[in-house]
Amino acid sequence: MKNRYATVGLGAVLAFATALPAAAEPVDDALVIDGQTMTVRTAAPEGHPFDEVLSGWLFREAETRELEADSFQNPGMLYVDLGAEIWNTVDGTMGKSCATCHDDAADTMKGIAANYPKWDADAKRPINIELQIDKCRVENMGAEAYKFDAADQKALTTYIKHQSLGTPVAVDLSQGELQTWWDRGKDIYYTRTGQLNFACASCHEANSGQRIRADHLSQGQANGFPTYRLKQANMVSLHNRFRGCIRDTRAEFPKAFSDELMALEVYVTWRGTGLSVETPAVRQ
Amino acid sequence: MATPKPRVKLPKTASAGEIITIKTLISHQMESGQRKDKNGDPIPRQIINKFSCEFNGKPVFSCDIDPAISANPYFEFSAKVAESGTFKFSWVDDDGSVYEHEAGIEVK
Repeated sequence: MKNRYATVGLGAVLAFATALPAAAEPVDDALVIDGQTMTVRTAAPEGHPFDEVLSGWLFREAETRELEADSFQNPGMLYVDLGAEIWNTVDGTMGKSCATCHDDAADTMKGIAANYPKWDADAKRPINIELQIDKCRVENMGAEAYKFDAADQKALTTYIKHQSLGTPVAVDLSQGELQTWWDRGKDIYYTRTGQLNFACASCHEANSGQRIRADHLSQGQANGFPTYRLKQANMVSLHNRFRGCIRDTRAEFPKAFSDELMALEVYVTWRGTGLSVETPAVRQ
Repeated sequence: MATPKPRVKLPKTASAGEIITIKTLISHQMESGQRKDKNGDPIPRQIINKFSCEFNGKPVFSCDIDPAISANPYFEFSAKVAESGTFKFSWVDDDGSVYEHEAGIEVK
């Protein structure tokens, strides 16, 4: 077994060393979902390493792009439907559903998720959609917090984020200590880890647009999460993807919603400033 | 896994003799029977093994489905409509359940 891993590792390193420049640029295409044009390419915010931020959609094959562009064919929409059911289902000791307080998500949740993660003054740390749902469930519904990546958590998060489809990502770093967490997330983004000694930036910044073996490296944006991944034939949450990526560098990976990954979420989400929320995006 | 939910998309109206496109999608995990769980025991196969579509009781399209089809199977096909009526769709599960959906079309 040891030998096999060693060989694969060498292969991955070689792929970097010999990657051909300009072999696989992102496509120049427009994403229109139900008549609404998504921003998949926009000028980067100040202090960003790129001139232009690009949606991962531009890096995918034509067939995959087409799946996302048709809200009927998009398999992620099945989970939006499921999320809508959960939204209206009473849970917990207080006999409430999400809809009891928040009414119709199409109105009350419109554009909301594009501004997450936000600062949680009670917990004194950033809060994302998953944690916000849990907070609501525990404090207002008398229900239990979801287990990480429970089917209902993914579906409800997908449903809530989908209400912001098309809204540009904009994280307000002036809230609380969010800027400190952004700094910390940036450190993590550029820190090499694991046996392969890769940082997030090794793939998604230095080699974005290149191929790592069969995979076309995007800028690693968070705007489409939770995303429908064809590989898993299921919804994949942002923290699952973070952990998967870190695991692939053969490092120990932090727990979902840990301080490290929340800081990374703040920073990575900011890197996609101006891109439309695409949830549920479809990826390879 | 929640109860599989079918989604169907076809035009509400058509002109007589028009060829319309019908799109269908159903949520289903399509467990192939080839995988093993954490204890190494095989996970039993559970897939949708047959899909069919009828128009006013007459068959339009049907197919058998095998374990290599991925989760949430999607089918798109065409039909020529001569009269108003109802399309009836059914998906047959390995456990014997049949998931059904109906959609009407008006021919002008």
